[in-house]
Amino acid sequence: MAVQSQDAIVTGGFDAPVFDAQSVFRALMDAMARPGTVQAIAPRASAPSPLGPVAAALALTLCDVDTPVWLDAALATDGAIARWLGFHAGAPVTDDPAAAAFALIGDGPSLGSLDRFARGTHDYPDRSATLIVQVPDLAAGPALTLTGPGIKQSTALAPSGLPARFTTLWADNNALFPCGIDMVLATPDAVAALPRTTRIQSTEN
Amino acid sequence: MYVAVKGGEKAIRNAHRLLADRRRGDRSVPALTLTQITCQLALAIDRVMSEGALYDRDLAALAVKQARGDMIEAIFLVRAYRTTLPRFGYSEPVDTGAMHIERRISATYKDLPGGQMLGPTFDYTHRLLDPELAGDAAVPDAERRDGEPARAMRVSDILAQDGLIEGDCDAQTEMPGDITREPMEFPMERDTRLQSLSRGDEGFLLALAYSTQRGYARSHPFAGEIRIGEVEVAVDMPELGFAVTIGRVQLTECQMINQFKGSSKAPPQFTRGYGLVFGQSERKAMAMALCDRAMRARELGEDIVAPAQDEEFVISHCDNVQASGFVEHLKLPHYVDFQAELELVRTMRAEHESRRDAGEPMPEAAE
Amino acid sequence: MSASNLINDRAEARRRRLSVLAQGDAALLAECWDGLGIDPECELVRGPETGLVALRGRMGGGGAPFNLGEATATRATVRLADGRTGHAMVLGRDQAKVKLAAVIDALAQDETMAARLDDAVIAPLEAAITKRDRDRAAETAATKVDFFTMVRGDD
Repeated sequence: MAVQSQDAIVTGGFDAPVFDAQSVFRALMDAMARPGTVQAIAPRASAPSPLGPVAAALALTLCDVDTPVWLDAALATDGAIARWLGFHAGAPVTDDPAAAAFALIGDGPSLGSLDRFARGTHDYPDRSATLIVQVPDLAAGPALTLTGPGIKQSTALAPSGLPARFTTLWADNNALFPCGIDMVLATPDAVAALPRTTRIQSTEN
Repeated sequence: MYVAVKGGEKAIRNAHRLLADRRRGDRSVPALTLTQITCQLALAIDRVMSEGALYDRDLAALAVKQARGDMIEAIFLVRAYRTTLPRFGYSEPVDTGAMHIERRISATYKDLPGGQMLGPTFDYTHRLLDPELAGDAAVPDAERRDGEPARAMRVSDILAQDGLIEGDCDAQTEMPGDITREPMEFPMERDTRLQSLSRGDEGFLLALAYSTQRGYARSHPFAGEIRIGEVEVAVDMPELGFAVTIGRVQLTECQMINQFKGSSKAPPQFTRGYGLVFGQSERKAMAMALCDRAMRARELGEDIVAPAQDEEFVISHCDNVQASGFVEHLKLPHYVDFQAELELVRTMRAEHESRRDAGEPMPEAAE
Repeated sequence: MSASNLINDRAEARRRRLSVLAQGDAALLAECWDGLGIDPECELVRGPETGLVALRGRMGGGGAPFNLGEATATRATVRLADGRTGHAMVLGRDQAKVKLAAVIDALAQDETMAARLDDAVIAPLEAAITKRDRDRAAETAATKVDFFTMVRGDD
């Protein structure tokens, strides 16, 4: 039993750590540069459930010993994901969302207020949190219209699994610019990014 | 106007090839091995490790060889290399009290417990060049004296009890700052000052330390203790659930003891400056301790009157990689900048001449 | 009570073994290992990979911690065919040594094998470390100053 649980922690990292992380980073960079576009992620990582393969791959790509990670209640569970992240990425897990460089969100609908995450300072707006939110898909949810830097006129995205009042939460985040959090949506096979500069409106109103 | 100029690729390529040729020199002379450098130029390696802020003797030796013995170039190479490696974590703070002593002296207490052990020192040598070393004369093994303990308490631990010497500051602190992760901000805390000093340029810190002795922020220093030796490095491994010793590093530690008249913040007592440096680097550790003490002026309520007490001046200029980068960038092409300045001087010259010809009064010297 | 003691004893033995492996001479380690004549099938789960460990000191020697600099370190995690995993981290860049240390850590989780490894590998490594320390201490001690006071007359 002890061997099995240890096994789940030490396995499931990238097959080729350098190249896999580079490939995921490239896809994420493209997603950030063109908000709302859906970028396929090929390399997967298998973390303890319920952290999905793409969210896990993003965590391995982005997190290291200098980036405290916060896990929401859905992912914190028995601590297995925290130990997995500790082993493969060296990343410390924190209880304090304000101290986190990255927040992994397993349960999007219960995300709640974004205020508890670091939003950066005017001297260092980069000292803000990036939220990686696991969502089921990017096409079957409420239709959103995205505008802002990196988007020619506007683009559409329909992610499932975000909180009901998401556009209001996001408008509050926009108002903090140049501070504010950035968000990455991870489906089981792809990512889309919502940097703090992206403005979001509900398409049907 | 911006002018893009291309060219020079061939010249650069050939210059690098020439560098490689000159580095190797006369091919009939055997090439230096890294082991020869680590064993026989050990203190050069220590300086490269200390100022490169990376403990790895073989890498330092490679850097010294590649840099043709130019220490600052070697330090630059080591610094550049370290940026390519991921950081696994942090060690537990090393315990210099448990050091395997190779040298340990005190200039303040003759009969300190553990004794005065000179170790492999240049002190008391006559600084006469030794022609024997030009060859490969046999060297006798070191003398032995068995049965002596290899550990010794730190002088600061022995003397802290009577209250006349300040103790170590509070050990209760969160994560220490890290100048390799966060931009420097002033005023700076002592933890990041010490980190900067430990990798600071030996020559610069030595000169500043000397200035404090010559009256620029005089602090009446005594070398309370200097110790050199190996300490164990332990790292907490989360996958195991406990800390494991992962090896040893050689360090030089210096405790300076300074007379202090007292201020509104502290009573008269002896205060301390601290130096801790990779390898056997005694001069550097002493200079570091003197500079550390000088920069504690604000904390101890002393007037800041001298360069060595000005932390922004000392810390901003003690890094020789930064300093050489900025000084040496001046040799890169500034053709366009200079053209603009030339234009400006021509205009000023023309105005100057027309004013002189018109008999107008000349302005006083300007920049 | 006794179960937790057992766990503590095992953790302590493991900690000690890894500490000796880290400080021991690589050539001697390889020699002792070859003498055992075992070659277990194992899979590298992580590494061996080389990175940095930030070294910390304490202000004044015993005060609050500060970051002194960094050192190269290499780590590895291996898994044996039966699922036992072993970990090792050692200063420097000797990946073969670190991989072997991780294999020994994994094997030593079996009590019988642990005793064999302690005898054939850990004990000789530890003896060599102790001897080197003793030699160096004796050489240093020979440079110890024995002060003596010359008799001073009053007249």
